[in-house]
Amino acid sequence: MSAGVGARRWQRRFSDFGAGLVGIVILVWTLAPLYNMVLVAVQRKEDVFSSNVWPVNPNLDSFRAVFHESYWLLGNYWRQMANSLFIGIAVALLTLAVGSATSFAIGRLRIRMGWLLTNAALVTYVIPMSFLAIPFYAIMRNYGLSGSPWSVIAVEVTFATPYAIFIFQQYGTSIPHELDEAARIDGASPWQIFYKIYLPLMAPALVAIGTYALLLAWNEYLYAFLLLSSDQTITVPVALGKFLNSDEAPWNFLMAASIVYALPPVVIYYAFRRYMSAGLTMGGVKG
Amino acid sequence: MGTPAASRRPTRRGKGGDAFSADALWAFAFVVPYIAVFLAFVVYPVGYGLWLGSSPASYRALFADPIFPRTLINTLLFLILGVNIKLFLALLLSGFFMREKWWVKPLMLVFILPWAVPAIPTFISVHWMLNGQWGLINNVLWDLFRMDGPPWLDTTMLAMSSVVVGYVWKWLPFWTVIFLAGRMAIPRELYEAADVDGATGLTAFRKITFPLMANLYVVCTLLSTIWTLGDFNTVHFISGGGPALTTHVLATLGIRDAFELGDPRMGMAAVICALPLLIPLVILLMRQLSKGEVQL
Repeated sequence: MSAGVGARRWQRRFSDFGAGLVGIVILVWTLAPLYNMVLVAVQRKEDVFSSNVWPVNPNLDSFRAVFHESYWLLGNYWRQMANSLFIGIAVALLTLAVGSATSFAIGRLRIRMGWLLTNAALVTYVIPMSFLAIPFYAIMRNYGLSGSPWSVIAVEVTFATPYAIFIFQQYGTSIPHELDEAARIDGASPWQIFYKIYLPLMAPALVAIGTYALLLAWNEYLYAFLLLSSDQTITVPVALGKFLNSDEAPWNFLMAASIVYALPPVVIYYAFRRYMSAGLTMGGVKG
Repeated sequence: MGTPAASRRPTRRGKGGDAFSADALWAFAFVVPYIAVFLAFVVYPVGYGLWLGSSPASYRALFADPIFPRTLINTLLFLILGVNIKLFLALLLSGFFMREKWWVKPLMLVFILPWAVPAIPTFISVHWMLNGQWGLINNVLWDLFRMDGPPWLDTTMLAMSSVVVGYVWKWLPFWTVIFLAGRMAIPRELYEAADVDGATGLTAFRKITFPLMANLYVVCTLLSTIWTLGDFNTVHFISGGGPALTTHVLATLGIRDAFELGDPRMGMAAVICALPLLIPLVILLMRQLSKGEVQL
């Protein structure tokens, strides 16, 4: 009996040790590429091309260069940040508007063709975004949108809305229909029900999808690269890609610019983590 | 839908026909934006894309391209290895993060960083880490073992493996969180009952966790394969299709043919070559979803 308890204790200790080891592996694995970004960003250009594993003469010169745009490839950096932000906010707001209106019509007004719209959203959801890049490039010219941020916004809203519709519909089922009916009896129009009852009660789902759409747009590379052309209109990831392809390789500037660009989404992630996991768990396992 | 609906209907009819038509107008107003988006930005580009990719000549040109067979193999490798390694690790790690240790929660916060950080900067960072001469990986190898690491991005095998590893790094946290939510939905009593019966560890995993998570796992595999089929960024930024264009996948080859070679028809042909894989995956996914056990 006591031998059994002893064996169990040893087993537990062994398992704790193993878990700690796995934890360390996870930590190193996760942080390595991020550490590399910082390592390169805090060194001088000459020190980047070396066999350093730890930073030599760490300094913030490259961040200063990014802030003051004092290198030719960084010339429009803050302009490009503003472009990214503008596109992100426009995509978030439009996705929320279109998605919530559609899910309200399907779930609340119970329109007859609702299933058709749900299927349309489902079809859009399973089309890989990059597969339509080639036709989109031509189509945006027909629409007179090529070179305009609205072309990128339109594409991203198209691909973000289906997910918004699914989540809103799921979340909407938790709002009792009696509320709508009571409001109707009091003479409220569908618009008033939408605006005064539906949207306020949907707030958590709206925050989750707004964040989702904002980050989707902030991270988007391919469409911004194809549809925007001038240094004044491109977004930051496109600028980083240009940086990478330039013959000179000021890696410290590139990584400093990358870090500044990566910080806002990280902050948003951690601030809205609760909402994100509520929205992005895909319902998990039912029952 | 019992009495309230029944009692409401006569009153509405009593108001006259305009109430109904006003409702229909409202409903129409609410769905018009999405219908417009769907027609202008889904139906039109899909139709236009299929039309672009309908000429047999562009397929002949595509199949004659010496890198095309390699691209097909790469696409399959990327999908099979990338998706399965990632999801299997995510399933294991979700179990690991169920542990009740004080350091598990903080570790989880660090662990989701790759998901939170935008893809492009991290892939650029991975690209630089893999540099044979000045990259962090080979520097570490030298510091620890005094050995010269290989030039990671100069051979097809290593470059493709690097792409897969970079991909797993980026997407592992997301799927781990999904599986973690799946595991949390399993009632604890099941494990407690199993523990009483002497089933722990692997047996509990085989008899409880896996059967209950199987549907979720299948849906995730299908969905992730579909998304990965369209993944442009990972290959484009980690290996850039190199060395000598031998690590392209269909998603990057299509863009390269369309915009670098200036032949959108050939590019669209490359994309359409992914459809024989995409369509069965979508059908399987729809079937699995229609069972209703897992929701998007």
